[in-house]
Amino acid sequence: MCLAIPAKVVGIKEDKAQVDFGEGVLREVSVSLVNAKVGEYVLVHAGYAIQVLSEKEAEETISLWNEILEAEEDLKGK
Amino acid sequence: MVEKLRFRDPKMAERVAEKIREIAPKKSLVKICHVCGTHEWTITHFGIRSLLPKNVEVIAGPGCPVCIVPASEIDEATQLGLKGIVITCFGDVLRVPGSKMSLLNARSQGADVRVVYSVADAVKMAQKEPNKEFAFFAIGFETTAPSTAAEVLKKPPKNLSFLVSHRLIPPAMELLLGIGDLHIDGFIAPGHVSTIIGLRPYEVFPKAYCMPTVVAGFEPLDVLFAIYMVLKQFSEGTARLENEYTRAVSWEGNVKAQELMRKAFEVADGDWRGLGRLPNSSLRLGEEYVRFDAREKFDLKIQHGRDLLPGCQCHLVMIGKIKPTECQLFMETCTPQKPVGACMVSIEGTCRIWAKNRIPNLRRN
Repeated sequence: MCLAIPAKVVGIKEDKAQVDFGEGVLREVSVSLVNAKVGEYVLVHAGYAIQVLSEKEAEETISLWNEILEAEEDLKGK
Repeated sequence: MVEKLRFRDPKMAERVAEKIREIAPKKSLVKICHVCGTHEWTITHFGIRSLLPKNVEVIAGPGCPVCIVPASEIDEATQLGLKGIVITCFGDVLRVPGSKMSLLNARSQGADVRVVYSVADAVKMAQKEPNKEFAFFAIGFETTAPSTAAEVLKKPPKNLSFLVSHRLIPPAMELLLGIGDLHIDGFIAPGHVSTIIGLRPYEVFPKAYCMPTVVAGFEPLDVLFAIYMVLKQFSEGTARLENEYTRAVSWEGNVKAQELMRKAFEVADGDWRGLGRLPNSSLRLGEEYVRFDAREKFDLKIQHGRDLLPGCQCHLVMIGKIKPTECQLFMETCTPQKPVGACMVSIEGTCRIWAKNRIPNLRRN
């Protein structure tokens, strides 16, 4: 129920968007809760996009994780 | 999706697990509680517990929005259905037991119960069949409530009303802290609820309860890092609110969705299956929209229901007090094919997740 699946917005018409769940599965969902643009990824829950995913933040999360792991490994090395 | 694969990188997972083993206290038990069925799925499906030291325990709180619907509200839905009102609901709730029957049982007795993917589909159905009365059974946490609010505010068709059973997560987390013998040391807060409510509502947990709290996403690395972040705070003896799921969760959350919820709903006390009434934990339609309230429209007067069948320990599973394998009914009389309790019904119920991932193999006897 609180499951939300990322999908790419491929088209928007008023408050409805065509989104791609990957592997060519397209579905119409409501974008009335978010300000999404074509090309962005949204989290879809029960037919509604509930948030726009930030690709930049996703990148930063991965690099932050790497930093944390490496920093701790450095500390251990000393 | 590339992102998904990167957040599932097994090599990095092993490195994080190693860090967790390093910073975890060597002897004393640390109990980390999450409050989301999808977190439980990730943890169980990817075997995350097996990567943790024995004294670091991750327990599941009342985070399955289907399991916590009290029997009295299932009874309201079945009563409406048997009265001839078309019930539209999410598929997950179909088999959840009421006091006497589930919606599926009601359907077998002639009720017209239809599964929808979203509340928007329920609206479309009602528009297509204007001669029939429809009621949408609106369950779910803050993740789902904004979609109900959006449709209520759009002036739904006259033949559609809403049986609102939405519940709020922060009051349930407060309940857990009030249970003396649960001894929680940190929270992993639910990422998707948080996309809507943001971080602010969790501020109380580190501030007032000294509880490390980390909002987390749902890929295995998200959860592993969240465990690491809680343990890090624990080892430093501090309590902060941290956000692991920055790609979806912001401090203020989804302001547009919050605004819709504020307009459509009022906060009220609400019953949770087997847990009693929690103050300020549910949503009901605001005064301006009571004409869409199925309880008002059809004069529903059900107050109490029978939440648990004899032997069912869903109430203890739901607060993480016991593991599904500690319930006598688990995989004996209560199975995914023939569930006794609500936790075995929903795909987000802890018992069903454990059953489907063959955790019964871990039975003690």
